[in-house]
Amino acid sequence: MLLSLEDVTTYYGPMRILEGMSLQVDEGELVCLLGGNASGKSTTLKTILGLVRPRAGRVMLAGEDVTRWPVPRRIAGGLAIVPENRRLFGQMTVRENLELGAVLQDHGHFDEDIARVHSLFPRLQERRDQLAGTLSGGEQQMVAMGRALMARPRLLLMDEPSMGLSPALVQQNFRIIKEVHEAGVAILMVEQNATMALSIADRGYVLSTGEIVLEGPASELLGHDELKRAYLGA
Amino acid sequence: MHELLQTTVNGLTTGCLYALIALGYSMVYGILKLLNFAHGDLYMVGAYIGYFVIQWFGGPNAVSIPVPLLLAIMVLLAAVGVGVLGMAIERFAYRPLRDAPRIAPLITALGVSFVLENTVLLLFGGFTRSYSTPTFISFNSGITLDGVRIDSVELMIFGLSFAMMYGLHQLVQRTTLGKSMRAVASDREAAEMLGINVDRTIALTFFIGSAMAGVAGVMSGLAFNQISNTIGFLAGLKAFTAAVVGGIGSIAGSMIGGLLIGLCESFSASYVSSEYTDLIVFGILIATMLLRPTGILGQKALQKV
Repeated sequence: MLLSLEDVTTYYGPMRILEGMSLQVDEGELVCLLGGNASGKSTTLKTILGLVRPRAGRVMLAGEDVTRWPVPRRIAGGLAIVPENRRLFGQMTVRENLELGAVLQDHGHFDEDIARVHSLFPRLQERRDQLAGTLSGGEQQMVAMGRALMARPRLLLMDEPSMGLSPALVQQNFRIIKEVHEAGVAILMVEQNATMALSIADRGYVLSTGEIVLEGPASELLGHDELKRAYLGA
Repeated sequence: MHELLQTTVNGLTTGCLYALIALGYSMVYGILKLLNFAHGDLYMVGAYIGYFVIQWFGGPNAVSIPVPLLLAIMVLLAAVGVGVLGMAIERFAYRPLRDAPRIAPLITALGVSFVLENTVLLLFGGFTRSYSTPTFISFNSGITLDGVRIDSVELMIFGLSFAMMYGLHQLVQRTTLGKSMRAVASDREAAEMLGINVDRTIALTFFIGSAMAGVAGVMSGLAFNQISNTIGFLAGLKAFTAAVVGGIGSIAGSMIGGLLIGLCESFSASYVSSEYTDLIVFGILIATMLLRPTGILGQKALQKV
């Protein structure tokens, strides 16, 4: 098991956000975490990355208990995130953004890694000296993805990859996610767009007010009545 | 013509010192969005460190080591000492308030400023001390170009200031630390999500900014001779003006702002009256705030598409 959350309970101050949550991602799996606003999806990712510490429960990464590890140590251990709204450094160039993704990496394989990102996103090579803030939304998403891949993740966390993109770009984006996944990177994706996410995922979890209410193979969840009622308005 | 050139040289000298202080102001503002009002007092502490190094090596009348070596020790000790002091201030006064409303660290910064001024008052007294620079660096050393004198202290100020500004520019543009500093300044949480050590980056920013203020303190002691525990206040305000005029948060802006304020001062002293220099300098601050609040090089953050 690459990642597992065991009975995780997380608070923001006095507010309980996650309640006894358990979740697993296997090597090479693409898992999506669905749920409406304020269901605790982003907090789950922050708990995995170490930006917030759970009050109870454990976070296991590749068999090690990382619950008390600081963020950089977890990233060195194989995690990376594509944050919600991308969060690029707009006044820095595309190349500098990518370099910052590799801040914990050996310099030895930098050229190889950046070549891999460029082959995945040829557009970024053309725009490498342009300020990231001047790129189009789709290109910015590529930078965010490339920046995360520069950390050589075994597990890539993705927070709302379809947020703020046009339908055509969402399509393109999901194709890229699928491609990265097929290259062997496990992905845990948080998404509001349930149909879209489940169409490329292996498995899914549904989160509601901090608790997992549904889980199963993606194909099974797609046909699930309760999910349809909650998300698809059917 | 001769007076014009001499005034320019004098203005650039003070301008370099303001620029060095303004850089630290601007860097700290850039990374924490905090106006570090204690920054001018760090410059004052640097001036005291330089003074005590001179005393330690026999005093101005009987310097026991070669003067260039003495100057190097003064600059180095002031840089390291004030740099570490700046880091300590960040660690104990500002870091606990990092997530507090912005007014809290601002008031704390004023408090730190009082603490520094009064600690020096308590330890070393309130009287003015003199570097007595002319007794160990002759006024006649240096160069004369077309009748314009640039003495060796001024040469040292130009050389060291430009070297430090160039070094800082390279550091910020090219090194991993510099890129991390810019990343933390632009989006702290995003930087943290990449594994950048935010605490360390902020601490090093304070070290670098404070060290430059410390060096500026030594150089102003050498150039103007008089130091006291209160010199940081006015110097800090002028450097703040320089940072705002240049565009706070921008490194090139602080350099330009510093030189501009220095020139304004010397020209108003030569051609208007030295009694009006502060009025003119702070008039420029008010005018900048009203007409171009982002300063010369400051710009609004690019809107995300």
